Amino acid sequence: MSIIVSNISKSFKKVKALQNISFDVNEGELFGLIGPDGAGKTTLFRVLTTLLIANEGAATVAGFDVLTEYKKIRDNVGYMPGKFSLYQDLTIEENLDFFATIFGTTIEENYDLIKDIYVQIAPFKDRRAGELSGGMKQKLALCCALIHKPKVLFLDEPTTGVDPVSRKEFWDMLKRLQQKGITILVSTPYMDEAALCDRIALIQDGKILEIDTPEAIVKHYPKQIYNVRANNMYQLINSLNDYKYNHSVYPFGEFVHYSDSRIDFNPEELKTYLESKKLLNIEIEKTQATIEDTFMELAK
Amino acid sequence: MKRFIGFIKKEFYHIFRDRRSLFILFGMPIAQIMLFGFAITNEINNVDIAILDHSKDATTEAIINKISNSKYFSVKQFLDQESDIEAVFKKGKVKAVLNFENDFSKNLIKDHNAKIQILTDATDPNTANSISNYINAILSQYQKELNKDSNVAYQVIPQSRMVYNPELKSVYMFVPGVMTVILMLVSAMMTSISITREKELGTMEILLVSPLKPIQVIIGKVFPYIFLSIINAIVIVLLSIFIFKMPIQGSLVLLALESVLFIITALALGILISTVSATQQTAMMISLMGLMLPVILLSGFIFPISSMPLPLQVISNIIPAKWFNIIIKAIMLKGVGIQYIWKETLILIGMSLFFIAVSVKKYKIRLE
Repeated sequence: MSIIVSNISKSFKKVKALQNISFDVNEGELFGLIGPDGAGKTTLFRVLTTLLIANEGAATVAGFDVLTEYKKIRDNVGYMPGKFSLYQDLTIEENLDFFATIFGTTIEENYDLIKDIYVQIAPFKDRRAGELSGGMKQKLALCCALIHKPKVLFLDEPTTGVDPVSRKEFWDMLKRLQQKGITILVSTPYMDEAALCDRIALIQDGKILEIDTPEAIVKHYPKQIYNVRANNMYQLINSLNDYKYNHSVYPFGEFVHYSDSRIDFNPEELKTYLESKKLLNIEIEKTQATIEDTFMELAK
Repeated sequence: MKRFIGFIKKEFYHIFRDRRSLFILFGMPIAQIMLFGFAITNEINNVDIAILDHSKDATTEAIINKISNSKYFSVKQFLDQESDIEAVFKKGKVKAVLNFENDFSKNLIKDHNAKIQILTDATDPNTANSISNYINAILSQYQKELNKDSNVAYQVIPQSRMVYNPELKSVYMFVPGVMTVILMLVSAMMTSISITREKELGTMEILLVSPLKPIQVIIGKVFPYIFLSIINAIVIVLLSIFIFKMPIQGSLVLLALESVLFIITALALGILISTVSATQQTAMMISLMGLMLPVILLSGFIFPISSMPLPLQVISNIIPAKWFNIIIKAIMLKGVGIQYIWKETLILIGMSLFFIAVSVKKYKIRLE
């Protein structure tokens, strides 16, 4: 086990940021913490990176206790905070060199680990970190967190504020790092990224809703989901919300994800209902549940 | 050690890339010393005065010549009647008026007693006082010359001598004072700001989750400022020697060592400030309000401590700048050795150790 969390609770004054959190992360696993802003993801990261002390519970990272052996943990983990936390007035190269030095290593020594990422930002290596785009900043931050070859990598919302192309590249890189044996704990508010993890924990209001592989989580969804589309999205959502048999109604891109509370649901009936609401071009078809649907279901 | 050097290298990048701080760091000492040395001064020089001479004889002319020949006064105007005095003061053209009575010479010879009135513009009381003193001094000098031949029985002749600063140059007082203020400000404010900046930008979070020890971070942070403060001290001393012709009586080595000690005290104070403030703004406010004012007002730099009310005198004891001001004045002006200032030195060492101990204890190894 690379990370063991058992019954961790943490409160700030009146806010209960984490309530009785427990989970394990296997060695070499890519584990995702999925939840909205304010769910407690950052607090959990800070507890595991020894920056905060939990009120209750225990945790070990890379075999070391977060409370008593915090110094060893600090030698062995890489941490990329949610907020961009590098020196803005230092260039890419200087930042990387600095972090290599304070971890007692050199860029050359672990270059193979960061090579794939670094070549993408290398053309700008003399540019100051403060002047980089969001995607490049994150790549640099990842390089800095990796330069000392950590056993466990903590990435707190690494793709927030990053364009879709860079996000995809970033996740490709995480997959490659995983193959090098690094355990990765990553948090994200994006449900589509959850599917790329080995296992995920859905977290809300400081509580874990479910832990499983993305596929299993989706399978657990109890209802059949339908994609519903019509000429007027706003009216469609209102009409579906008013429909007395609805179980869930969530806008999902160009469709509305709809599930019905009845077991013997007939889509034709819904179509008739929607036509009575003067909607046109109505389409209703079966679709797969997504992690987002599951999350919404669990968070109800 | 390599980690430490890497850290210091980074600190120097920060300092040299932040033009504004760099300007404060090196511009301020020079600006302050120039300001205090040239502009803000208690000395009087070339004060414009007016004369109302009712008698216009040889004696009054001799006195007027004597006064206008001194470098302190220049006679701007001759008035004709008493009523002009108020007008000329109101216009603000002159700071003082000398009013000689009628038949000045005659009275002096006949009655051994002639009257002269000195009127000064006391809207600025200090200057008025100095002007009146200077004129009195010139007059008594003249009187002495008159009495040279005759024997006056029972005379008390005061012979005052101003030791350590015979010409009463105010720059002698300002240079040690400004040096104290600058070293305190640069060292304490700059370090406290640079440490809180790491907190504010979130980089402290990464530094904490690294193998760097707290003491390495702290020393790495203050080291560049020790270096820069020493340069500042050297600049101030050079300016005072070459521009203000202020002799340094004591040993330069001792002065350097004591300055380094004071720099360390100030840095330790800066670290302490950074441990209690979360943002750069708070750190700056604490440094300015909590350090600048006491350093200027209570260190004996401008206002003598002995003439303060007792509570303030007591408070002044906990201000490191007071002790450094005593030390540096003693070395620069009196030329004393360590045997005269060991007590103050010990106090500064004690204060530094105390600040360092408290800051290391208060330095957070976590976020809360």
